[in-house]
Amino acid sequence: MQLTLWTYEGPSHIGAMRVATGMNGLHFVLHAPQGDTYADLLFTMIERRNKRPPVTYTTFQARDLGTDTAEIFKTAARDAYERHQPRAMIVGSSCTAELLQDDPGGLARALALPVPVIPVELSAYSKKENWGASETFYRLVRGLSGAKRERPQRARPLVNLLGPTALGFRHRDDVIEITKLLNALGVDVNVAAPMGATPDDLTRLGDADFNVVLYPEIALPAAQYLEKAHGQPYTKTVPIGVGATHEFIAEVRKLGNLSDGQALPESNLPWWSRSVDSTYLTGKRVFIFGDGTHVLAAERIAREEIGFEVVGLGTFSREFARDVRARAAAHNREALITDDYLEVEAAISAAHPELVLGTQMERHIAKRLRLPCAVISAPAHVQDFPARYAPQMGFEGANVIFDSWVHPLMMGLEEHLLGMFREDAEFHEHASHLGASSAPPSAALQPAAPQPDLPAAAAVAPASGDPVWSEEAQKELKKIPFFVRGKARGNTEKYARERGLTMISVGTLYDAKAHFGR
Amino acid sequence: MNETLRSPAPDAPVVHHERGQRSVFCGLAGIVWLHRKIQDAFFLVVGSRTCAHLLQSAAGVMIFAEPRFATAILEERDLAGLADVNDELDNVVARLLERRPDIKMLFLVGSCPSEVIKIDLVRAAQRLNRIHSPRAKVVSYSGSGIEKTFTEGEDACLAALVPDLPLDAASAPSLLVVGALADVVEDQFATTFREIGVEARFLPARRADSMPAVGPNTKFILAQPFLAETARALELRGAKRIPAVFPLGSEGTSLWLKAVADAFNVQAATLDAATAPGRARAEMSLARHREQLAGKKIFFFPDSQLEVPLARFLARELGMKPVDVSTPYLHQQLLAEELALLSSETRLNEGSAVDDQLDRCREARPDLTVCGLGLANPLEAEGLPTKWAIELLFTPIQGYDQAGDLAELFTRPLTRRSRLEV
Repeated sequence: MQLTLWTYEGPSHIGAMRVATGMNGLHFVLHAPQGDTYADLLFTMIERRNKRPPVTYTTFQARDLGTDTAEIFKTAARDAYERHQPRAMIVGSSCTAELLQDDPGGLARALALPVPVIPVELSAYSKKENWGASETFYRLVRGLSGAKRERPQRARPLVNLLGPTALGFRHRDDVIEITKLLNALGVDVNVAAPMGATPDDLTRLGDADFNVVLYPEIALPAAQYLEKAHGQPYTKTVPIGVGATHEFIAEVRKLGNLSDGQALPESNLPWWSRSVDSTYLTGKRVFIFGDGTHVLAAERIAREEIGFEVVGLGTFSREFARDVRARAAAHNREALITDDYLEVEAAISAAHPELVLGTQMERHIAKRLRLPCAVISAPAHVQDFPARYAPQMGFEGANVIFDSWVHPLMMGLEEHLLGMFREDAEFHEHASHLGASSAPPSAALQPAAPQPDLPAAAAVAPASGDPVWSEEAQKELKKIPFFVRGKARGNTEKYARERGLTMISVGTLYDAKAHFGR
Repeated sequence: MNETLRSPAPDAPVVHHERGQRSVFCGLAGIVWLHRKIQDAFFLVVGSRTCAHLLQSAAGVMIFAEPRFATAILEERDLAGLADVNDELDNVVARLLERRPDIKMLFLVGSCPSEVIKIDLVRAAQRLNRIHSPRAKVVSYSGSGIEKTFTEGEDACLAALVPDLPLDAASAPSLLVVGALADVVEDQFATTFREIGVEARFLPARRADSMPAVGPNTKFILAQPFLAETARALELRGAKRIPAVFPLGSEGTSLWLKAVADAFNVQAATLDAATAPGRARAEMSLARHREQLAGKKIFFFPDSQLEVPLARFLARELGMKPVDVSTPYLHQQLLAEELALLSSETRLNEGSAVDDQLDRCREARPDLTVCGLGLANPLEAEGLPTKWAIELLFTPIQGYDQAGDLAELFTRPLTRRSRLEV
């Protein structure tokens, strides 16, 4: 039994959903009680998807347990096929259904549906989200990629891009960026999967000459299978950062027997980093935490490409613990391998970093500790699914990374001035361009805002002729959420002034509210 | 009052029953507001990684504070019997109470997996009470999706509190208001009741040690429509329910307050004097929204069980046309007063079959659809404006001074659409 406040990874069936939701023409029948449908909102809200995830939840209830939950599964699977007409289906159990041991795979087979139905064992009580995604993708590839076939000699090699899923951190843009880079190298993309692929596309995976593994957390088992079954080698370098992208290019050229003559795009990062303005970045202390792939990439960029000092390194991906430990050890640090968010908070707090590079969780930890932060890895929240093109991979990805890591920091000269004139009243902790994003709204500009410790009369001491707040009204005002309180205060005072009231009562507050409406 | 107070329709409503796939939270989701309402309570879910992930996803916006809820995640060794679940739970609770000395009440919350493998949380709570009393009180209830739909979780939580409420042996009648309300709303109601000479107590109280007393002279009124089990538990303690519509909108609030006034023999003039200013303000705020909403069709997916009172409010006070109103459960008795005010043209459904409901929604082309977060963007993308149902539980909406805010929740999506030129 493990006590958990916040989790880095969801349950394994969420990983399966990420694969299914990224694909087209695949339907997932999940044996699950009501409530597990919350997972839909991850995709429709956080990622702003405009379609429901292609998932049917069987929705069994307590009263069904003694009778026939297997029948409920069969009905749901049959109905899902009829309604959605998928080209292939996956079936599996969420945590509760796993306890019932209904065997969705066997039940679905008995239905003899006219499309491939692939069972996925999700091991809900020992495995987590990324494992669920990689297992699902592996099962799909194994089930649909068919037999090894002869591949023609090609002037332009053909590759598959493996690993992008729904709800992945910048997966949408990484696929575009790496496709552009490969095309510039003289390489064509056969299939990108799972995101964007159909079950029929997976039957064509074997046509490619080799595979590009974008996210090992998700694609490694599938790539290893394809190497064995179809004789396709795969890339080992994840192209995040300038150095890693160059190594990736070299790897692709080697696998594709390509010369290194082509003109390639370049990144602005090297010059942005070498220009004198960036001097102040030297040796800034950063703490890095996230999934294995992004943490390993970020550590290298921070050290070699921006000149930061890495004061903490860790991951929640136990599958990548060995790599992260080795990297940390190479620089005389100890890696933090945990999925306990309180442990991460304690480590960040102890390391006194000047910048935190992490997930959504570290963003909140950093906010509490009042540290600047940039998000580098899933789990991410809605603001980390930007409208603009913002890849992490390739040369444009390096540009995006430089900007998004440096923007939360105070700029060089500004930092100097703050250090020199600490007693200047305007140089409080929320001064600088950071104020807008990290300071409590309006606190800096309205010193007259009520302080909880001041007596009410002092807190609202009026300028001459202004209405006075009664103690009750003042209390009532505090019940209004802080982010609209300022507006409510202003409107009420305006309302009272216009009517020549000297005292603001609770009634005035609500009269004004009713008057102004919204 | 005004012409919106028509006499109830005589014919009983026809209710369609649907069964199929649902798209609604389980009872655990109530923890998201309950843990804020009871300021020294902690909610410990005994469940799976899915439970933890659900709470985190439903409460994602509140991560800025250290939450007063957590999940004790069952692992393979717990299921295989390698670890004694009760010992493990005792250890988790001991660690938790040690870390959070401010916690005075601990809820052990059952989940789907804990129900299926039959972990007896009632007995666990008794055992833990013996260990931790009087330092903290331990109570158990089930929020599991195999038994509880969304707001039924609050019902189960409050019902679990009732047997331990202190006895009110006084001979004078007392008023108990039942259901978690925003603090601001609760304060407003307390003030109004005081003005008409009735001292009100509230369940749940804001602190564990100030939970209200209950006894044979307690009269209680529900502030939320989903509290059937709590109502039954209170009746077992001898308390009497005051039947009423729910305090949504100006008319709803008036009828709700009037039901209390009648039960306590308050003079009509006293009630009128206490409520006239609030009523006038509510009418003024609603007028603005009525212009925009009158005649518009609204469609409800089943979600919070607030659907029927909301449909009544929107139809009678804002002139909307509720064409299809689904609710997870329809407690005919608790909603009798509401149903009497609902037009017979409205299709009423109990239960869920989400794909069929989506078909009906597309067919009806409503001007506004109230639905869960999983359906909102997909419907918007099909050109159907939506209102997130969950916002109706996270916003103060009851009472006169919130009537305009409640209406505004329905006008905002339409206003937004009319502004956008892209």
